[in-house]
Amino acid sequence: MSALDTDPASTAGHGNEDELDHDTLHITVGGYVTGFVLSVVLTAIPFWLVMAKVFANPTVTTFVILGFAIVQIYVHMVFFLHMTSKAEGGWTWMSLIFTLVLVVITLSGSMWVMYHLKTNMMLPSPEQLRNIP
Amino acid sequence: MSNSTATVALGAAGEARALRFYDSGGHHPENGTLLGFWLYLMSDCLVFACLFAAYGVLGRNYAGGPSGADLFSLPLVAVNTSLLLLSSITYGFVVIEMQRKRQGATLAWLALTGLLGAGFVGIELREFAHLIHEGNGPQRSAFLSSFFTLVGTHGLHVTFGIVWLLTLMAQVARHGLIAANRRRLMCLSMFWHFLDVIWIGVFTFVYLMGALQ
Repeated sequence: MSALDTDPASTAGHGNEDELDHDTLHITVGGYVTGFVLSVVLTAIPFWLVMAKVFANPTVTTFVILGFAIVQIYVHMVFFLHMTSKAEGGWTWMSLIFTLVLVVITLSGSMWVMYHLKTNMMLPSPEQLRNIP
Repeated sequence: MSNSTATVALGAAGEARALRFYDSGGHHPENGTLLGFWLYLMSDCLVFACLFAAYGVLGRNYAGGPSGADLFSLPLVAVNTSLLLLSSITYGFVVIEMQRKRQGATLAWLALTGLLGAGFVGIELREFAHLIHEGNGPQRSAFLSSFFTLVGTHGLHVTFGIVWLLTLMAQVARHGLIAANRRRLMCLSMFWHFLDVIWIGVFTFVYLMGALQ
């Protein structure tokens, strides 16, 4: 970025204003309200599922609330962060996809590896000891 | 030898092609800052991914201490979550009023957003103080270490977001809604909504799944 751009005094004129407005034209009150209502619903349901113990099986609850979290993250991305595949010539989208790939690798990889490490490092049970040749 | 020159020539040709591609798109200054800030957010996202992974690995090692189900108060987390959600919509109104060029309304919504954020940090600090007072501080077990690191890092981000918000309120009050300030407000908007997205992960992965155990 040039020094011109970061200096408040030099951008006080109307030089850049049209372009910024053009870039953010799709921001509307309706969009924010829709996103807010959706995210309230998507927050309330998982809290209710856990606090009222709706499902007897905790594994079912876990997967359902994870599903709600993913949908809610998507809602926030679209309505609050205004993500589209075309913003900034597609570069925000590209970097988001790249980051998501890394996040999935970091999370699933860590848990997978460490889970197996823990299982394999456990003290052997008496039966296992007896079966050692 | 001839092979290596061929590679160099190919590399140069590829570079020229790439340069032509970049120059073909029209660029204006605002894009640069917003895209750069987005890239910062993505790297911050990776920081949180590592902390989530650490919590995922260590979160069941209680060392004979209390588990999430013993410690977490879900009604308090629900209040905290609603504060953060409300601050997201109020920041949305900041952006709307900023586009309508109404300085007073922009400042008012900013102040409300800051108050909601401060309420969030306040409740979180009270929760932390309560846990530490009961002897369940970060040194109690691996679960609590990773819990304090993950939730504390998020809280620290919100705290710095509030500092940034106050700075911007002073800037807007002094210079008005000039292009530079509107760009800064858009960056803070991304930062604030990004923290809300991280909080979705925290309340689902840490609090709700912790209370399920």
